[in-house]
Amino acid sequence: MEGFLATPVGQLALTVAQAMALLVPLLIGVAYLTWAERKVLAAMQMRKGPNVVGPFGLLQPFADALKMLMKETIIPAGASRVLFILAPMITFMLAMLAWAVIPVNDGWAIADINVGILYLFAISSLGVYGIIIAGWASNSKYAFLGALRSAAQMVSYEVSMGFVIVTVLMCVGSLNLSEIVRAQENLWFIVPLFPMFVIMFISALAETNRAPFDLPEGESELVAGFFVEYSSMSFALFFLGEYANMILMSALITILFLGGWYGPFGLFPALGPLWFAFKICLCLFVFIWVRATFPRYRYDQLMRLGWKVFLPFSLVWLVITAAALKLFGWLPA
Amino acid sequence: MAIALDRLARSFLLTELVSGMALTLRQFFRPKATISYPYEKAPLSPRFKGEHGLRRYPNGEERCIACKLCEAICPALAITIEAEPREDGSRRTTRYDIDMTKCIYCGMCEEACPVDAIVEGPNLEFATETREELIYNKERLLDNGDRWEPVLAKRLELDAPYR
Repeated sequence: MEGFLATPVGQLALTVAQAMALLVPLLIGVAYLTWAERKVLAAMQMRKGPNVVGPFGLLQPFADALKMLMKETIIPAGASRVLFILAPMITFMLAMLAWAVIPVNDGWAIADINVGILYLFAISSLGVYGIIIAGWASNSKYAFLGALRSAAQMVSYEVSMGFVIVTVLMCVGSLNLSEIVRAQENLWFIVPLFPMFVIMFISALAETNRAPFDLPEGESELVAGFFVEYSSMSFALFFLGEYANMILMSALITILFLGGWYGPFGLFPALGPLWFAFKICLCLFVFIWVRATFPRYRYDQLMRLGWKVFLPFSLVWLVITAAALKLFGWLPA
Repeated sequence: MAIALDRLARSFLLTELVSGMALTLRQFFRPKATISYPYEKAPLSPRFKGEHGLRRYPNGEERCIACKLCEAICPALAITIEAEPREDGSRRTTRYDIDMTKCIYCGMCEEACPVDAIVEGPNLEFATETREELIYNKERLLDNGDRWEPVLAKRLELDAPYR
């Protein structure tokens, strides 16, 4: 067995197995996130949510997936066929690709690379392309406007998110995601960097096009946003990509601020991946909770918040953090 | 100045947002208002205006005297009545049709009826697969009246003090 794993074929098989071990739970997680979202939203509106398919409606995601698969894929007459089909694939692929560097436990990352956070940032920036292409290739004004909004929004909030990440990096002294988590063994960054955590969380909402920043899919004005022309499996890919991105953002917040695989106060160190999953679920619950609470932002308010509040605020806090680190000699070696 | 500072502090500390989220979290733990409809049903008011029925007197004689007041008052023109004297000389309808697809369930017919013959009962589950089935004739209406009579009588009794 040892000998086989050393061969190139063995290496490939190992990587595929690792990817499967990560992606299969992730996709099941995505399926149940849609279920959880409907349940939580329902509970907050004093409803019951899906409860007919299976016990507690637990089979609902599979019923939905089956329905999606059975539907006809419609390609609009004026659409650019290749790009139209390519766009959802890009979105979905990028959402999966980013997971390569996420450390689920100490040393449990498929690619434990030293520029992990840069890689994540690059991949999530590329996500805009899927949306832009979808909006443009649909040859529909609603889809196009939705795509423009989405792109502008994602670009705007990436800037302040960048500063948040730089602040964390200063406290760690490494771009490696595992190192970032290890630096939080004694004190999670949510405590000293709480304002940055709030900014990061709100930016993550905007980045994933979630309520209250779900302007790209504003039902009342744009029908469904950039994927208005999509149906069947191509729509399902967008949907999966969007929810996988939500989980990804939660994972990023967990790694940057909530101490990754560490339990609170060093409790149960053996349960690393479970702690990680639990924190992600907590973040996702807040995502949904926010959706149940707040009405949608107007577009100019969204841009104002991104550029005139978050950007200066995170910049100032970055300088404050840098000064504190330097003054008290807390800079990591 | 102080007011501006106060407002700034409040907006940066997200006080309003947090209180809003506390509200939704409280809702999260409250009992659900959902009724699993075909298995559970909400209570109906005695004034509920559902499917129509033609009532009879306890001796089995139909109440309707073919005065056609209901036909006249019906704002949707859903009621069609034809009448002629019966062998014993009393005026009775030979035809009493209600087009349930036209009916707007306003209850004017039962308000107009001098003998409480046409009434709207508590039944709201009379969906059909074809349009034709919703054009009720006299037979069907009398049948409804017979079927729901205990409920209809109770209903009129409960509502009587308010008339």
